[in-house]
Amino acid sequence: MLEEAAPEWLSEEVKTGTTIIGIEYDGGVVLGSDSRVSAGETVVNRVMNKLSPLHDKIYCALSGSAADAQTMAEIVNYQLDVHSIEIGEDPQVRSAATLVRNISYKYREELSAHLIVAGWDRRNGGQVFATMKGLLTRQPFAVGGSGSSYVYGFVDAEYRRGMSKQECQQFVVNTLSLAMNRDGSSGGVAYIVTIDEHGTEEKVILGNQLPTFFDQ
Amino acid sequence: MDVKHWCRAGVCLREYVSSKTINKVIQVHDRIFCCIAGSLADAQAITKAAKFHLSFHSVQMESPPRVMAAASVLKDLCYKNREELQAGFITAGWDKKNGPQVYVVALGGMLINQLVTIAGSGSTYIYGYIDAKYKPNMTKEECLQFATNALALAMGRDNVSGGVAHLVVVTEKGVEHVVVPGDKLPKFHDE
Repeated sequence: MLEEAAPEWLSEEVKTGTTIIGIEYDGGVVLGSDSRVSAGETVVNRVMNKLSPLHDKIYCALSGSAADAQTMAEIVNYQLDVHSIEIGEDPQVRSAATLVRNISYKYREELSAHLIVAGWDRRNGGQVFATMKGLLTRQPFAVGGSGSSYVYGFVDAEYRRGMSKQECQQFVVNTLSLAMNRDGSSGGVAYIVTIDEHGTEEKVILGNQLPTFFDQ
Repeated sequence: MDVKHWCRAGVCLREYVSSKTINKVIQVHDRIFCCIAGSLADAQAITKAAKFHLSFHSVQMESPPRVMAAASVLKDLCYKNREELQAGFITAGWDKKNGPQVYVVALGGMLINQLVTIAGSGSTYIYGYIDAKYKPNMTKEECLQFATNALALAMGRDNVSGGVAHLVVVTEKGVEHVVVPGDKLPKFHDE
């Protein structure tokens, strides 16, 4: 008698396939991500928010293995809390990025997650750090995740220094939309977080409100 | 509307770049060209066979071959030998019946007609750019600029693409070759 085999996705690793992007402007940063979580070929969560707070004005964007990325973010959140109590003030973005880098470098053989750390601090304003596989580098903008391959050309062509906050937000939305259209592991809705001196603003853009392009 | 297509020029033997100035836009008939991607040896062998088939076909039909015919010839060769071959093509040209057309023949032998298409290892990096920037019914100059920009962006990110950009403009009236050396390609913010 034929028995139904267990669904494949129960035995597949859960990855946040993903497209993530962070960009700095004068006075703050904008972080963006898609919302698809896949286990093999199944989408197990279509509305996951991959922008995780590390502190009031420091967020990170998760990509790669969902478990690894979430765990790293939780550990760094805890370490930053302790650190900010010790120094008696808000932590620097570079400190948060360094804590992430320390974990991803030490465990680089076991972990497969890439976090983009971005935020605002009083000393250096808006900053974006990439921390893949244990490196730490500050960049004007950073893209990551499986969907990022498809938009390298677009971001290279479109990025200009000195963009305003609205231009940066539009740039992030356009980039996410293009990547989500081409990458099978990215999709759903777009989450955008804007961090500046005055605070943190989270926004969701639903699938049907994302920009469309010539063949849609 | 004219037809534009493009190819990057670097050739790699594993991680060794054996040539920086190969022309990957090959003429298979008077108004039909083929861009090759993948294993250069396979691609050259296939286009040589296709060229022969097409010239025979056009003698039999007593008229220049259709672009679709050229694409089909390539597709048949790719599909029948799909186990052994590793080459993809963009076939584009002009014919009297349907004007300018672009076809892509992918690795296993799939054939589709598209308005704009990209292929090769560097193409993954410019999908977003093409989707965002392509508009139907551009002029020839806009198309040339669009193709040159796309190539420059891909060559900037893909470590096995590079060297020289070859472009070919095919119209009813004739064929025009444009070669853009690496240092004359458009530069973007981080260069």
